[in-house]
Amino acid sequence: MNIHEYQAKEILAKYGVAVPKGSVAFTPDEAEEAAKCLLKNNSVCVVKAQIHAGGRGKAGGVKLAKSHQEAKQFAEAILGKKLVTHQTGAEGKEVKKVLIEEGCQIARELYLGMVVDRAKQRVVVMASQEGGVEIEEVAARSPEKILKEYIDPAVGLIPFQARKLAFGLAIDKTIVNKAVKFMTGLYQAFVDSDASMAEINPLVITKDGNIMALDAKFAFDDNGLFRHKEIHEMRDLDEEDPKEIEASRYSLNYVALDGNIGCMVNGAGLAMATMDIIKLYGGMPANFLDVGGGASKEQVTAAFKILMSDPKVKAVLINIFGGIMRCDIIAEGVIAAAKEVGVKVPLVVRLQGTNVDLGRKILSESGLNIITAEKMNEAAEKVVKAAKG
Amino acid sequence: MSILINKNTKVICQGITGEQGQFHTRQMVQYGTNMVGGVTPGKGGANMDGIPVFDTVDEARKKTGANATVIYVPAAFAADAIMEAVDAGIEIVVCITEGIPVLDMVKVKRFMDGSKSRLVGPNCPGVITPDECKIGIMPGHIHKKGKIGVVSKSGTLTYEAVDQLTRLGLGQSTCVGIGGDPINGTNFIDVLEMFEKDKDTDAVIMIGEIGGTAEEEAAEFVKKNVKKPVVGYIAGVTAPKGKRMGHAGAIISGGKGTAEEKFEAMIRAGIKITKSPAELGITMKEALGL
Repeated sequence: MNIHEYQAKEILAKYGVAVPKGSVAFTPDEAEEAAKCLLKNNSVCVVKAQIHAGGRGKAGGVKLAKSHQEAKQFAEAILGKKLVTHQTGAEGKEVKKVLIEEGCQIARELYLGMVVDRAKQRVVVMASQEGGVEIEEVAARSPEKILKEYIDPAVGLIPFQARKLAFGLAIDKTIVNKAVKFMTGLYQAFVDSDASMAEINPLVITKDGNIMALDAKFAFDDNGLFRHKEIHEMRDLDEEDPKEIEASRYSLNYVALDGNIGCMVNGAGLAMATMDIIKLYGGMPANFLDVGGGASKEQVTAAFKILMSDPKVKAVLINIFGGIMRCDIIAEGVIAAAKEVGVKVPLVVRLQGTNVDLGRKILSESGLNIITAEKMNEAAEKVVKAAKG
Repeated sequence: MSILINKNTKVICQGITGEQGQFHTRQMVQYGTNMVGGVTPGKGGANMDGIPVFDTVDEARKKTGANATVIYVPAAFAADAIMEAVDAGIEIVVCITEGIPVLDMVKVKRFMDGSKSRLVGPNCPGVITPDECKIGIMPGHIHKKGKIGVVSKSGTLTYEAVDQLTRLGLGQSTCVGIGGDPINGTNFIDVLEMFEKDKDTDAVIMIGEIGGTAEEEAAEFVKKNVKKPVVGYIAGVTAPKGKRMGHAGAIISGGKGTAEEKFEAMIRAGIKITKSPAELGITMKEALGL
C-alpha cells in the first residue's frame, strides 16, 4: 500500500524526523489559509500536488508562492487537474489535494532510502550525495556512489552505522548528530509500521544547518497492515483502479492490464503463466486475477463479475488446476456465476486435476455456451481466436 | 533416494487442531506420511484421529522423535511457530502459511543464523517425495515416483508441471515448493545442490517468476556446479512493472527482476528453457533425449 507525501511526513514527525511545517488542503481557500499561517514567519511557501506518483515537479505539480493570493491561485490551477508524470501513464492522475509547506534555503540535496534487501534478507539503508535524482538511475550509472548499511534486526540501526553514512555523505561534522537522529528516527518509523520502502529524496541540508525531509515516500507491506489500523486508514481509494478495489474486498488478487482477454486462474504463478501463454498465442491479457488455491463459489462469482464489468474484455479464459479443490466443485461455481452474471463474451474453460472428468461433464451439460479445453496451449489458442471474433 | 524427506521422516503438524491443519493432516496420513504428532498451545493431551497433540514443539519432538514439522498457523503467529520449531531442533521446517509480514521473516532469518534447521517456505505448497512422504498441500495423486527433481516458487504452476511430467511417464524424485515470498528459508541454489548430489535424480525442472534475483543467482550456480540437465521456466513475461502479482515477492521493482532478464540468465547458464508453460514436460523429455 502507498500513501501520500503529506501522510508520510505526518508519520515522520511522530518519530522526531525533521520535516518542513505544512498542512494539507482540499480546496483553494484551505490552501490560502494554510499559506497565510506559514507566511507569517517565511517569505515563501510551496504548493505541492498530492498524488501517488513521482516526477510531480517536472509535470508542473510543485509551485513556489510568495503570497497567500499566489498560493490560492496555484492551488486553483492544480486541484482537479490531471497530472501526467513519467510514473502515472499517459492518462495521468487527478490531483484532489495539495500540501502547503514552508519554503527553506537549501544548501545541499542528498538521498536517503530504506528497503528490505531480498538477497541479504535484511533492511538496507541507502544514501547518496545525488539528491533529487532517482536512485535507480544512480544505481545504473554509478553504483559506487550509493552507500549502504545493512541492519541487524536484533539491534536495529546502530548510531555508528548512521555516522558512517553521514560522514560518507560529507555532512558537516557539526551537524552529524542531527543526521544520526534523522536516520534512527526513520528506521524506527520503518520497522514500527511494517514499511516495505521509505524514501527521502531529497534530504536537504538547509543554509542554517538543519537536516530535513523535503520529500517523503512510504510504501507498506500489505501483509503487515493487519496490525496497523492507523496506516490502513491512510489508504486513498481515489488512487486505485475501481476493479482492483472490488477484487480486494473478496481477497482476490487482481491487477488491471491493457489487453482484451480476461483471465481467472487459481494460484499466482499459474495466473502469470496463463497471461504469458495468451501472449504467446498472439493475444493480450486484460488482467491478472488469482482466485487463490482454494477459491470459494462466492469468490469465483465476484471474480466473474469483475471480469464481465470490464468493457475491454472480448473473451474470458478460466484456467483452474484443481488440487485439493475438486474440479466438479469449481465447474459448479463457474456455472452458478455465469448464470447469475450472464455470459456476454465467449468463455473458454480449462480444468485440470482432481475429478476433472466429472467437472468437464458438468460444464458440457450446463447448456451454457462454454468452450472447453484440456491443455493450456489449446485453451490459449481458443481464447485468442474467440477474442478476435 | 530423494532429497529432504523420505519414508523414514517423522512429521508433526503445528496448528493441527485448526481447520487447515486438520484437513491437511488427514490428507497427509492418507498419502502415507508418518504423522507422529501435532502442536496446539493449550490443547496438549488431546488427540486428532489418534495423533497426539502437545502444547509445545519441544515436548512433541522429545516424545515422538519427530524430525520434520509442517506449519499451518495463521500469518500473524507463523513467525513465532517457525522459531519455536527451530529452537526445538527440528531438522526440516515446512511453512505453508501465506501472508507473513516480511519484517517478521527478517527476524526469523536472523534467529536461524547458526541453526541446523532448514526452513522451506513460507507461502509454499510444501515438499513431496512420491510414494514415500508428503509434507504440504499438494494433491498427492498427480505425482509419480521417478527421477525428475522439481523446484518452484509457485503452487498450482508446479502441479501443472508435475501433471505434465507424470502424463509423459516421467516420475519425480522430490518436488520442492520454495514459496513466493521475498524472504524465504530455502532457495533455488540449496535445492539444486541437493538434486545434483542425489543419485536418484537425473534432471531438474526449475520454475521461477518475476521479482528479486534468486533465479539469476541459481542460473550462475547451475553453470558452475550442476552437471545434470536443467529445464527452466519463468512466469510473468506479461507482468507490468511495479505491481505485485499475487505473491508478495512477484514484483518488478526499479525495472529489476523481469522475466526476460531471468530467461537470459538461464540461457547463458545452459539451462534448457521453454517460454510455454504448456511445454514443461515435453521440454524435459527432449532434454533427456527421450
